[in-house]
Amino acid sequence: MSFLPNSDEDIRLMCNEIGVNSVEDLFVDIPLQVKNPDIQLPSPLSEQEAFHSILRTANTNKLVCSLVGGGIYNHYVPAVVEHLASRSEFYTAYTPYQPEVSQGTLAAIFEFQTYMCRLTGMDIANASMYDGATALAEAVLMAVRTTKKNKVLCSATVHPHYRQVLATYAWASDVSLEIVPYKNGITDFNELSHIINDTVACVIVQSPNFFGVIEDIEKAAHIAHEHRALCIATFTEAMSLGLLKSPGECGADIACGEGQSFGNYPACGGPLLGILACKKEFMRTIPGRLIGKTVDENAKECYVMTLQTREQHIRRERATSNICTNEGLCALRATIYLSLVGNRLAELARTNHAAASYCMEKLVDLGYERVFDKPFFNEFVIKINNARDIQNKLMDNGFALGIPLEEYYPELSDCLLITATECTTKDDIDTLVKLLQTI
Amino acid sequence: MVSAMQTIFSLHKEGRNKYTVPQFGAESYDSIPQHLCRDKLNLVDVSEVDVVRHYRKLSSLNFGVDNGMYPLGSCTMKYNPKVNDVVASLTQFTQQHPATIEELSQGSLQIMYSLQEMLCAITGMKQFTLMPSAGAHGELASVMVIKKYFETKGEKRNIILIPDSAHGTNPASVAMCGFTVKEIPSNSDGDVDIDALRAAIDENVAAMMLTCPNTLGLFDKNIMTIADILHSKGALFYCDGANLNAIVGKVRPADLGFDIMHVNLHKTFSTPHGGGGPGSGPIGVVEKLTSFMPVPVIAKKDNRYYLDYDRPQSIGRVHSYYGNFLVMLRAYTYIVMLGASGLKQVAENAVVNANYLRVKLQKHFNLPYNRICMHEFVINDEGMPDGITTNEIAKRLLDYGFHAPTIYFPLIVHGAMMIEPTETEHKDTLDAFVDTMIAIKNEAHTNPEMLKAAPQTTPVRKVDAVLAARKPVLKWEE
Repeated sequence: MSFLPNSDEDIRLMCNEIGVNSVEDLFVDIPLQVKNPDIQLPSPLSEQEAFHSILRTANTNKLVCSLVGGGIYNHYVPAVVEHLASRSEFYTAYTPYQPEVSQGTLAAIFEFQTYMCRLTGMDIANASMYDGATALAEAVLMAVRTTKKNKVLCSATVHPHYRQVLATYAWASDVSLEIVPYKNGITDFNELSHIINDTVACVIVQSPNFFGVIEDIEKAAHIAHEHRALCIATFTEAMSLGLLKSPGECGADIACGEGQSFGNYPACGGPLLGILACKKEFMRTIPGRLIGKTVDENAKECYVMTLQTREQHIRRERATSNICTNEGLCALRATIYLSLVGNRLAELARTNHAAASYCMEKLVDLGYERVFDKPFFNEFVIKINNARDIQNKLMDNGFALGIPLEEYYPELSDCLLITATECTTKDDIDTLVKLLQTI
Repeated sequence: MVSAMQTIFSLHKEGRNKYTVPQFGAESYDSIPQHLCRDKLNLVDVSEVDVVRHYRKLSSLNFGVDNGMYPLGSCTMKYNPKVNDVVASLTQFTQQHPATIEELSQGSLQIMYSLQEMLCAITGMKQFTLMPSAGAHGELASVMVIKKYFETKGEKRNIILIPDSAHGTNPASVAMCGFTVKEIPSNSDGDVDIDALRAAIDENVAAMMLTCPNTLGLFDKNIMTIADILHSKGALFYCDGANLNAIVGKVRPADLGFDIMHVNLHKTFSTPHGGGGPGSGPIGVVEKLTSFMPVPVIAKKDNRYYLDYDRPQSIGRVHSYYGNFLVMLRAYTYIVMLGASGLKQVAENAVVNANYLRVKLQKHFNLPYNRICMHEFVINDEGMPDGITTNEIAKRLLDYGFHAPTIYFPLIVHGAMMIEPTETEHKDTLDAFVDTMIAIKNEAHTNPEMLKAAPQTTPVRKVDAVLAARKPVLKWEE
């Protein structure tokens, strides 16, 4: 298959105009000894052959009823989202460098920023980051810049992958990272109070945390602020923002996390949607693109990328971050999703909670242990003896049940993090329960 | 004339939203204490029809590759084959959870693994990782790999060399990893100034980052000499692969002496730019750097694919999961369709198109570096009458239905216009672009006010960016 529209005659005419005999003459600066190597790739395919070949590979993936979350969630994506986000005026454009022909992207991101502010209770949100984990890492670097302090305290209940990414960024930037232990499924605030001192730049808590439990962000913020540290509240399940008190209301200074739940697919883990929002005093230290309102020559309201002096293409090594591309199309999907669902997001969040509660009750009824008896949103931890075996047997019967926690928390052997969303039906759970009784 | 810009918020009216949420007896599960819940949510109340019309209208205010030629230099705005998107919307891929990828998504892992192998074949690198989400993310991960390499060797090297023509992401990535940037000037040919490089290199230099071909669209004639100079002092050579489209299939960066590189799947490998992402910025390394790659590495054993976390020297994790899979899938589809011969033709056509434009335009515009270019070239506004500037030329191009080139970059060319036609435009479109540029030049002589007032046919007129920065309004308020 080829997408080259030039005919041989076009090429001949162009070479004539350029004054070369052949296209090869244009590659004169490439050293001869390494030019035109023999590259081993499969033979080219027509579109039809390529499609069918990939479809065959796709069919080796197994679709099951999934009660797996822990950072990526299976929520329904309304048809409107897919339809509108597939308009190629959106997806074949790039970063809106020319605002006069990019008002579609700009206005949508402006709406996105507004939604993120309203959901997180913050004053400012950027145009998106790569994913929740890198949004957290950038939030931490932002806190380090703002406070001019270098030590970071992160709760052990923050998603393990987020902590790993943070550790990578912290190592590279020479930031010192310490993990605050958990107790009974939530951050050990007594321990936090002991560890914290005035050299700490920020305290990170996640709510709902990796165990699904709702954390006390207010308490974390209070402890942080006593030591002139910032409180970063992170989240992996944006759906919870529809129901729970916002990080801003709880006193957090920066809110960040994953927005995949809004109109984006699990998709083996990407693309995702990093969210980063903060109080207005940090406006000039926030990384990433910001879209602002302005007017055109005729005083018509319109939108433009703004405060770009923070960014790498202007400030180079003194920029607030190296980020350039964001996750524009994922942010657009989230925006369309939130416009469509609107304030019924609260109801949708309650349905999530109900599905998870029902599932939890049924599993407890079967005699499994609920590990942390604390308020949760749509995830909870259950202890099942021989959890791995049971997971495998369930998988053979079309169910993926939870994420084993032992890998991340050795003390939590046989513990599974189980997730239900609005896509989990009563029938699904009842079938699961029957299976668990028989295997 | 399009009416005033409207946001979704101006369509808000209580009672319009009829979106139906599936019920689950939610009322019987009210176990979250009230003090943990928010009082109210203030999103919007609009109907589905409102949503559809609003975003359809917004889409009509945008210009994408499907609207017309988009010669935005260094961004490779080529046509995005539609089959890529069809493949990326298959439920077998979109509905897979990353936590069960080994058990349930062998097909997805197979595609990631194959794509890594293909990128190795194309670039000559020993190993690729697909984890980074964008070019800048790939740069950052690469600089981390460089840092870890020297840390492991017990060498303290704190300088990274960057040419003055580099993208801003290069120095920004370097700074995030605690290195100091030392800028190397370009010579009058637009290549790296070899004498300046020799003067700058010593045992404190960890690496040099070079875009290949460079941001002037030129293939550095001394590239293998640069590699030798760096290697002789134990430094690494990093290839910013933003411009890989010019050389894909024609030369493998590893053969030129590069040790580490990133590629942009959303440029060379045709995945859509999405209005600014999601991109994908895989990185590739030579043998001696493989153990430092981020985890997990997609590996294969006994015909099964798995995630390899057993990499004690790795820089660690750089993404929540495994990178932007649906973007990888599109790039994979593209490479499968083109094969090695097709990719080579991509580079050849991109280069012939750019040179054709260069030769035609240099009769009318100043070309600071007058030599055969690769996939793009840089002209500027020097010699334009009546003080007409690059920005005005760019805005006037919008009136004529073309996207503007990249402007005022690279920084070493005053008033730069960086033009990259890509291989997916044909000669007729290029001729139309040339005619338009000539027409604009003529207008600069005969009717400069026309240029100063541009754009006039776009959905909005010249946008006041100064006001936006002086009085920032970053969200919608009543």
